[in-house]
Amino acid sequence: MTTTLASTRTKVLQRQGAAVALVVMVAVAWLVFPRFGSLDNVRDLALQGSFLAVIAIGMTFVIITGGIDLSVGSLYALGGVLAAYGSQWGFFTALLLPLAVCGLIGVINGLLIARTSMAPFIVTLASLLFARGLLLVITDEGATTYQIAPDSAFVELGRGTVLGFGYPVFIALVLALLGGLLLNRTNFGQNVFATGGAEQSAVLMGVPVARTKVLVYAMSGTLSGLAGALTAAYLQSGVTVIGVGTELDAISVVVIGGTLLTGGAGTVLGTMIGVGLRTVIQNIINQIGTLDSNFQSVVSGVFLLIVVVLQRILRR
Amino acid sequence: MTLTATRTRWLQDNGVYVAVVALLLFNVLFTSNFLTMGNFRTQLIQAAPVLIVALGMALVIGTEGVDLSVGAVMALAAALIPLYLGYGPLPAILIALAVGLAAGGFNGFLVARVGIQPIVATLALLVAGRGLALVIANGQLVQLHDPAFLALGTDDFLGLPISVLVAGVLAILVAGLVNRTTFGRQLVAVGGNRRAAHLAGLPVSRVLIGVYAITGVLAAVAGVLATSRLAASDPADIGLLMELSAITAVVVGGTPLTGGKVRVLGTVMGVVLMQLVRATLIKHNLPDSIAQMIQAAIIVAAVYVARERR
Repeated sequence: MTTTLASTRTKVLQRQGAAVALVVMVAVAWLVFPRFGSLDNVRDLALQGSFLAVIAIGMTFVIITGGIDLSVGSLYALGGVLAAYGSQWGFFTALLLPLAVCGLIGVINGLLIARTSMAPFIVTLASLLFARGLLLVITDEGATTYQIAPDSAFVELGRGTVLGFGYPVFIALVLALLGGLLLNRTNFGQNVFATGGAEQSAVLMGVPVARTKVLVYAMSGTLSGLAGALTAAYLQSGVTVIGVGTELDAISVVVIGGTLLTGGAGTVLGTMIGVGLRTVIQNIINQIGTLDSNFQSVVSGVFLLIVVVLQRILRR
Repeated sequence: MTLTATRTRWLQDNGVYVAVVALLLFNVLFTSNFLTMGNFRTQLIQAAPVLIVALGMALVIGTEGVDLSVGAVMALAAALIPLYLGYGPLPAILIALAVGLAAGGFNGFLVARVGIQPIVATLALLVAGRGLALVIANGQLVQLHDPAFLALGTDDFLGLPISVLVAGVLAILVAGLVNRTTFGRQLVAVGGNRRAAHLAGLPVSRVLIGVYAITGVLAAVAGVLATSRLAASDPADIGLLMELSAITAVVVGGTPLTGGKVRVLGTVMGVVLMQLVRATLIKHNLPDSIAQMIQAAIIVAAVYVARERR
């Protein structure tokens, strides 16, 4: 095997481009903004990123199968409301209600996509609307905001810390680790890659394509519900208006992390790096202070563009 | 072909028309004050911007693409109007349309020349575009007072609201473009099988860039009309979730997401259907929540019936 230096370098850039960018960003921010490297700021960053990370892990699996899940933002909001609503019956109801309902909607997404030839885009677009509708029903058209009792054990899930880092940070890290193992070390992971790589051949090789699809959408729904529950625990209430556009944030960080939207390739680690990048960019813009906060989305959009163009050019 | 198969096929092709007629009948029979001119006017005015955007979306979807940036382009157009309205309505509108053209052309360039998937290429502008619009507008809603500009959104011409007339004329133009021109035939060929179209010597890149550019201009037109009707430039809110409404209308109207086919009349009917559904639900005092869930069910049902034949 002879690999030239140039092609190795290209490969490194292609695979690790987002990681390199993250390191550069962090280094620059550290030097320029004295507050950036402070422990408080790092803890804030980690917490902010953790909610999106939980959602994006599920999205990574969906995108590797060649699909897309537009319903995650709505399910995130729905999960939060369900958690706050359920908290009046104790910790487990608060946690399990959002997981069950959002997971079920995920299963329905998966069944519709796997069993009919409907496009994932349309099916999950419909559940985006459906989940928002359901959320409005539960909150009496948005008029009711369910609060979580401050002494509830559930609040601890969002507010509790170890070494100053919030529980959601550790939950996101554990889920990322599990997600990585699931993707790269199990039969299910193989099936996910096979489904996205070449669906027809996968079917012929006996890969349970339909079951795999149902499972990844179920996972994506459940994780979105969990992210919502964690957010509700942190905010001590179920906020109805969150999650608009979150599906696009999740898709962006997955793509920035190197997962191909055509399916068949991707990593959970890349997605976590994508989340890190997004969170750091957001933080830098906040640190600049004088900069219009609307620049945040401009920078994110430009960044997404640069990454996908580079990915495309380097692949040639 | 058996009778059932023929019937299924007919329903697949004409489901949206059947649904529109059924819903109209229902409203005539059971909804009070439905058959009034005032009501028709309101419905048409509300539907006009969606239709204009959906026409462009139908073209893009016909090339097996999708344009997520249309709502952001509407916001950009809206943000530019107050900046240039001092030079008169026409220059302001032309600048807004030019920016729509540039935005669409940029999307098309990314898709056709760089080879980025449409969903990602246009996602970048969706994320950046509204932010840019807000930066331009300083995050503010600006009230507009230019009577000539506001007339666009409020006045009638030949007894119809101007925005509705514009939407109607654009629908006819787009239908003509698809069915009567070389560009239209090339568009359908590129959407059906890009490789084959390329091998057959069709100018694939030029067609793709053209289609996205048209979509950008149409989105800007919708942004201008919506701004005029509001009598205010509100880049934070204008065109929000428009990409989803437009895609829904196109798909419900029978244009498959797999490309190779553009149904312009179907798209018009798709917009009419979604508008009718919303109006019906509101008139019968159903809450927003139920309305959204019913819309979701209709989308799934429509796409299920019309799903691609294998």
